[in-house]
Amino acid sequence: MSGTAPAQSTHPAAHPAVGVSPLMRPHYPVGIVGYGAYIPRYRLPASEVARIWTDGKGGLPVREKAVPGLDEDVATMSVEAARNALKRAGIDPALIRAVWVGSESHPYAVKPTSTIVAEAIGAVPNTQAADWEFACKAGTEAMQAAIGLVGAAMARYALCIGMDTAQSRPGDALEYTAAAGGAAILIGPAEESLATISASYSYVTDTPDFWRRPDDSYPSHGDRFTGEPGYFNHTLSAAKALMEALETSASDYTWAVFHQPNLKFPQRAAKMLGFEQEQTAPGLLVGDIGNTYAGSCMVGLTGILDITQPDDRILMVSYGSGAGADAFDLTVTDKVLERRDGAPMTRDYVARRTEIDYATYTRYRRKLRTK
Amino acid sequence: MELPRHWRLQNQRYGLVGEVCDQCGVKLFPPRDVCPSCAEPAHEQYTFSGRGQVYSHSTVYSAPAGYEEYAPYTVALVKLDEGPMLTAQLTDLGDQEPEIGMPVEMVTRRLRAEGEQGMIVYGYKFRPVMSQGS
Repeated sequence: MSGTAPAQSTHPAAHPAVGVSPLMRPHYPVGIVGYGAYIPRYRLPASEVARIWTDGKGGLPVREKAVPGLDEDVATMSVEAARNALKRAGIDPALIRAVWVGSESHPYAVKPTSTIVAEAIGAVPNTQAADWEFACKAGTEAMQAAIGLVGAAMARYALCIGMDTAQSRPGDALEYTAAAGGAAILIGPAEESLATISASYSYVTDTPDFWRRPDDSYPSHGDRFTGEPGYFNHTLSAAKALMEALETSASDYTWAVFHQPNLKFPQRAAKMLGFEQEQTAPGLLVGDIGNTYAGSCMVGLTGILDITQPDDRILMVSYGSGAGADAFDLTVTDKVLERRDGAPMTRDYVARRTEIDYATYTRYRRKLRTK
Repeated sequence: MELPRHWRLQNQRYGLVGEVCDQCGVKLFPPRDVCPSCAEPAHEQYTFSGRGQVYSHSTVYSAPAGYEEYAPYTVALVKLDEGPMLTAQLTDLGDQEPEIGMPVEMVTRRLRAEGEQGMIVYGYKFRPVMSQGS
């Protein structure tokens, strides 16, 4: 109305400080109420890939990788991780208002994985459900959205899953590492959480390091963009921006976990940020299970939550090709001690291991044409 | 195409949801709405724990249509902790031989796919029990 002063906005998001800081903080405090891992039991040693394609010569980026069984896919693996998260959380699944599955290997091109998962865990029908896509950070971007949903009090709980059965062309460098596994993270109010999340930050550019066109079975990679312009620029930029804004350094964190495409990259990124090897050891699973893509740093986080103590602080940084990185600042609460025994530990899944050879691998991954 | 049948059964198949008799408390799987024990109506849904034991088992080498790619696989009669006996595939055996009395737990897995273009059918299978924390 003319002649009257504009009404003062009372919306917290309209506060000038929210626009100035690149950090994303929820209005109401949130955290992780439950978590669950899943890793299939079959393992293909990297030496098997080398035996077939390089006469056994050359260095190996990991020791072995996890391979899904014939009856497994991202939906079945997500269901088990979600059930583990619910066992730990001990909540009624009917209170979940979002079931989000991040992956680049959804079983259907069109038909959500998330509705299958929501149905199987008893979260239907009063829930949002969606599949997320952003290469290896599809799961953590769902976490950021869930922080917003719960942080705005639109929902009490939101379930975020990062899970993959990663594809790789036979003979390609990715065949050594492209693995299966991931984790489910249930976001909820901070006072119910086993780890609170104070803030997150996302760093994104258009970088052509890795992609897969809709009708292709296998991804392609833009070799020279993989290392420095892709993984390191985004991972380090996200971690540094988060730590600068929070005025923290590597020594303020008990643990750190990064996206793990191979053993070398996360170890180098950690070192460049000032982390010691001991800080990343419990979450560094890539050597034993391979690169689980959208599941990678989330399943690493579950490995840390299995052994962490109250008040420990954790830095988590995902990386997704194309490209972007999400960084999270977490603080563990005493609830972790009573909840973590409620489901199988991540190390139990790592230890549950049946070695297969390359021939069995080609059958399990349906690489053999039978008609 | 058996879309309606798969859809109708998905609740019990995904999560092992049966029924409990209001009168005598017997747990039923699959759900059948009338208690076979006391002949009273049983409408209350009941989600089974998924824990049980192998009662008997057999390995299938010559699989029926739709299951060929999984052969050989092991089918078992599983006696659930809550009482009912059901037939299901065992999975994730790895190098382990199935045994009568083996403790097993329910997992949701792919049962079959309706050809290259058709829908994927999910349902319960059982695997050797994993340790629960340590």
